[in-house]
Amino acid sequence: MSTLLKYTLRIADNSLILGQRMAEWCSKGPTLEEDIAMSNIALDLFGQANGFLEYASKIDGQKTADDLAFKRDASNFYNFCLVEVENGHFGNTMIRSLLFDTFYLLFYKELSKSQDENLSALAFKSLKEIKYHFRHSQNWIIRLGDGTKESNKKVQESLNNLWKYTDEFFEIDNVDQIMIDQKIGVNTSLLKKEWTEIIESTINEAKLIKPSTIKMITGGRDGKHSNKLSSLLKEMQYLPRKYPNAKW
Amino acid sequence: MSEKLFQEKIDSEKKIEPKDWMPEKYRQHLIRQISQHAHSEIIGMQPEGQWINRAPSLRAKMILLAKVQDEAGHGLYLYSACETLGISRKELINQLHEERAKYSSIFNYPTLNWADMGAIGWLVDGAAIVNQVSLQRTSYGPYSRGMIKICKEESFHQRQGYEIMAEMANGTKEQKAMAQDALNRFWWPSIMMFGPHDADSPRTGNAMKWKIKRQTNDELRQSFIDKTVPQAQVIGLTIPDPDLKWNEQRGHYDFGEIDWKEFWNVVNGNGPCNKERLDHHKRAHNEGRWVREAAKVYAEKNKLN
Repeated sequence: MSTLLKYTLRIADNSLILGQRMAEWCSKGPTLEEDIAMSNIALDLFGQANGFLEYASKIDGQKTADDLAFKRDASNFYNFCLVEVENGHFGNTMIRSLLFDTFYLLFYKELSKSQDENLSALAFKSLKEIKYHFRHSQNWIIRLGDGTKESNKKVQESLNNLWKYTDEFFEIDNVDQIMIDQKIGVNTSLLKKEWTEIIESTINEAKLIKPSTIKMITGGRDGKHSNKLSSLLKEMQYLPRKYPNAKW
Repeated sequence: MSEKLFQEKIDSEKKIEPKDWMPEKYRQHLIRQISQHAHSEIIGMQPEGQWINRAPSLRAKMILLAKVQDEAGHGLYLYSACETLGISRKELINQLHEERAKYSSIFNYPTLNWADMGAIGWLVDGAAIVNQVSLQRTSYGPYSRGMIKICKEESFHQRQGYEIMAEMANGTKEQKAMAQDALNRFWWPSIMMFGPHDADSPRTGNAMKWKIKRQTNDELRQSFIDKTVPQAQVIGLTIPDPDLKWNEQRGHYDFGEIDWKEFWNVVNGNGPCNKERLDHHKRAHNEGRWVREAAKVYAEKNKLN
């Protein structure tokens, strides 16, 4: 697999898997307005996944975007471990979103300056959407953190639980290094400072406490996932795998 | 304004607005009808929502999610229209949970294969459009305006449903079998969506006089059948009604007798999914309570109210 393909799939897979999780909220939101908002976010994420997968398909030269989405096994998915985490309650979903959205806001900003025109255009388009996602998750965390005792406790627990997945955002491996050297990819290790500042100021305002450093979980970007991803993919890929000759 | 003036206004095709005088029975009729319509949009998200995560292509996934999201939006317009009649959304949801309000029985049937997404768009939204196009001219202003907005989106829903059906009817052997199976299961419940025969519909009289309804159940049903039969023929599917045939003299399709026992059975709560749908809605509502409370407390603390 070419370095550019793997780099592109990593981005596409984050959007696809998180989109799938957000879509699970459909008809289950705490209010009707919120149901609509979460469907909207899921739609944006699927749109982004589609764009990056179309580009990946072009690089690949053989597989279509749908093949890449529906016919790969979990070990060939390269998303962050964070995005495959199950939704849990609404506050848990919003913590997951806040951690991810804050990072992606910074990531897309940098990727939109990529020397690769396709990636830069896709990032530029996605940046507009992620700004709104970030505002949405940030506002909710402030409301829930500074809401009732119960809501504060719930989101604090989620924050503590999900914190261990955040180091993966800033890891740099060979793939990243090659892409950075070619001025295609983003040096995410440089984003950690700003990410931490935004998260810290948000959790302060939300009257939450920053979790202490714990053992971090990474590996998603190399295809090492929890069994939650296999269950997610089993459902998502069920029809195209069962009827491989059918067109839908 | 007296009832006489009210009726004159209706007869001269003027819209009734929220602050206008209206007979209590008119208000009650509207609350019942609009809330039933709103609840149908919301409960209707479930049978399709279950397939978003199993949609077989990225395109199909995005279209289906957008469609279900539209339904949530329609529910929102309709709850708002209903609130102009002096009832809160909270009370409307209570009525749904306590089974004092109904929603369309069609959503008490399960969705068993992907072709059901086609059948729902084509037949269920198709039937809904026939009804809603007619309701664009309803006498209550907010309801009429809501319908105009909703109709624009519904016609897109029906097209996407028909597209799924056409694709599957022309696909592999298994796909064609799924498409026919979906049509077999959804045909009769779809034509039941228009409600009982006019002779057995006690509220039709007032609803027509007040121009809440502009066409009767039987008129709307006939118009749906006349429109849909040729569409099934084009894609090579068979409508599961042996008595269905074109009547040259009437200029309409004749069709078989509806199983009214089945209809009332499902209306009265004994359909395959009545309990499941309502339980799902209650569960989501209860699980979201702490979120709504937190948002309210935060707003009060920060004087956002």
